[in-house]
Amino acid sequence: MRTGPFTFRGGIHPPDSKERSKDRPIVAAKIPARVVVPLLQHIGAPCAAAVTVGQALNKGDFVGTSGGFISAPVHSPVSGKVTGLVHVPHPSGMKVPAVSIENDFAETWKDLRDEPECSGLSRDDVVGRVHDAGIVGMGGAAFPAHVKLSPSHGFAIDTLIINGVECEPYLTADHRLMLEKPFDIAEGAKLIMKVLGVSRCMIGIESNKPDAVAVMKEACGNGTGVTVHAVKIKYPQGAEKMLIKALVNREVPLRGLPMAAGVVVHNVATAAAVYNAVRYGRPLIERVVTVTGDAIREPKNLLVRIGSTVADAIEECGGFSREPGKIIMGGPLMGFALPSMDMPVTKGTSGIVALSKETVLHNDEFGPCIKCGRCIDVCPMGLVPSVLGVLAEKGFYEEAKAYRVHDCFECGSCTYVCPSKRPIVQFVKLAKSLVKP
Amino acid sequence: MEAAYTAPPLLVSVSPHIKDGETTARIIWTVSAALAPTGVMGAFYFGPRAVVSMVLCVAAAVASEYLFQKLLKRKITVKDGSAFLTGLLLAFNLPPAVPFYVPILGAMVAILLTKQLFGGLGFNVFNPALMGRVFCVITFPRLLTTWSAPTAAFTALDARTCATPLNILKMDGMGNLIDSFGGASPMYFQLLTGHRGGCIGETCVAALLAGALFLLYKKYITWHIPVAFLGTAAMIAWIFGGTGALCSGDPLFHLLSGGIILGSFFMATDYVTSPSSRGGRLLFGAGCGFLTMLIRLKGGYPEGVMFSILIMNCFAPLIDRGFRPRLFGATKGKKK
Repeated sequence: MRTGPFTFRGGIHPPDSKERSKDRPIVAAKIPARVVVPLLQHIGAPCAAAVTVGQALNKGDFVGTSGGFISAPVHSPVSGKVTGLVHVPHPSGMKVPAVSIENDFAETWKDLRDEPECSGLSRDDVVGRVHDAGIVGMGGAAFPAHVKLSPSHGFAIDTLIINGVECEPYLTADHRLMLEKPFDIAEGAKLIMKVLGVSRCMIGIESNKPDAVAVMKEACGNGTGVTVHAVKIKYPQGAEKMLIKALVNREVPLRGLPMAAGVVVHNVATAAAVYNAVRYGRPLIERVVTVTGDAIREPKNLLVRIGSTVADAIEECGGFSREPGKIIMGGPLMGFALPSMDMPVTKGTSGIVALSKETVLHNDEFGPCIKCGRCIDVCPMGLVPSVLGVLAEKGFYEEAKAYRVHDCFECGSCTYVCPSKRPIVQFVKLAKSLVKP
Repeated sequence: MEAAYTAPPLLVSVSPHIKDGETTARIIWTVSAALAPTGVMGAFYFGPRAVVSMVLCVAAAVASEYLFQKLLKRKITVKDGSAFLTGLLLAFNLPPAVPFYVPILGAMVAILLTKQLFGGLGFNVFNPALMGRVFCVITFPRLLTTWSAPTAAFTALDARTCATPLNILKMDGMGNLIDSFGGASPMYFQLLTGHRGGCIGETCVAALLAGALFLLYKKYITWHIPVAFLGTAAMIAWIFGGTGALCSGDPLFHLLSGGIILGSFFMATDYVTSPSSRGGRLLFGAGCGFLTMLIRLKGGYPEGVMFSILIMNCFAPLIDRGFRPRLFGATKGKKK
């Protein structure tokens, strides 16, 4: 059998712009005097506040919990006192409930433990601890991790994939994590393998990070069933479906879950968080965020407490060197442009990219589709973005549905290459929101 | 009152936030640039009258577009180079010595009737330059079949007339055609260099191929349409193009003569009027090649490139419907 790395059809090669931050070791950001912790930081049911105003909290105490299965609890990232139940803006544009906490800087943890032998824990114990730690997919989608550790019956899972591709330009958080915490990632991967009952784990890393490939190989060791693979440099290589195709040459069925292809995918940061949750009982209260872009004075990979604001993180990097024109949460191809810097960092925030006024693209004007076919060539899903864009632009949403608009995962490759600068992803989002799949 | 701190105004827009630098205008202007060597050779062989034709076509095309958009209070788009390119291609598809009103009327039909009335760039069904030529062929049949003999000197104002190689082939047969060039090798060589009768921009195959290679290298066109077009035409020419037995035709002659090189690389590949998918482009090119040879071998016209492309233009949207890429994750059998 041919053993990869394989590739997928389509994709683009944007400039990776990672040189600003890739050699900067992870540094802990100053802990802010006040944090605002959103109660919805994952895909699924939002949490209900589990605290009252005035309540004293230890670091790691629950501030929000939910009874829903597809949900993840939220914890206090600092020790201190609850000062309010508020609403904060969410990158999606909505406002979500949040808990505002005043930091007493005592940094008193709720009880932590250390169980070096945690690999002997039962499956349910591990899943329970991952749930209690509020771990979500840290690659950006923020899907509750414990759900992906509990495959539904009927799915025969044979492979765990750990995603260290980080194909979004600018972002280096996962890269640095692999270099600096390879052991946590490898141990986390082994724990997840055990829970899933699989003997094969493949770690996929884009080949522009040979140092990370080498370090991870060493950390994973031989004969553990964990192998490290350098995959082709191509966006969106880090998309779950594309990585599965590249590593095991299987296609996730349309509208299906990776589990239907016998695979579960977790991000490298998620794997490290799983390890820390299971061994030490550490909830997910901080994460590595790449703060970069040509408007940032000193780009850094920051270890940031959840609930710090984007403004806090930018200040930690020396502020702006040039007037910012756009601030993006996430990467420049799939991230959200923020209306304000008061937005809190959440579990899914992999990067904050500040582009200067001069480099920001203004897309006030776009031309007609000239049917050049570039978007069709690059679409990793095999869609016809040109037609989707025209149909949605003209209001033919049902027709867009027939052209499989709901199978688009909005990677933005089509819009990146369009010579007429048509906002195809925007049209697609519009159509998706107006017509049910 | 104290002035409140005002945060910098941030642009909020939907992802992606970075884009490739390629623009429609750059693509179109580059195609015009790739045609420059052909234009120079046309001027070299056919003299000042060819230059006048090219200038008139381009000027009339650009002016038509500008005035139309001005009159209808639409956005003026002449800067995107599309009207310029249409004008240039129209000139390349006209005989060198036509009266001044032919290029002007042709350009107006190309821009106004074929492009703007359908909604402008991106919405036209037919290749505008070829529609301009069709109009001229039908309206001025005599003028459009009077060919100047090439002169190596730029100065000749009143060149002799001559027949195109395809004309000679149609009227007198292959033997006489080869004789008219003084042998097979000189014939191929002159077809390649463009020293023969024909439209301004179709004769110099060498210059056309140089421009075509440049566009392929820049990935502004893909190989699918030209290869399918030329391949199909060559096959048919070889199998059915001979005088007696099957498989005795001369495919090379058919590829080097007429407007097939200009048509297959520069006209059939027009994004707007050809299919967008690669499979669709192969079918489209094959259709063009088939129809070209059908007209050349069996039709009343000596040359069939123009009609073949225009006919296939009608099918481009239909072909695109049939050639959607395979969906990632689609299970076999269930295409929907």
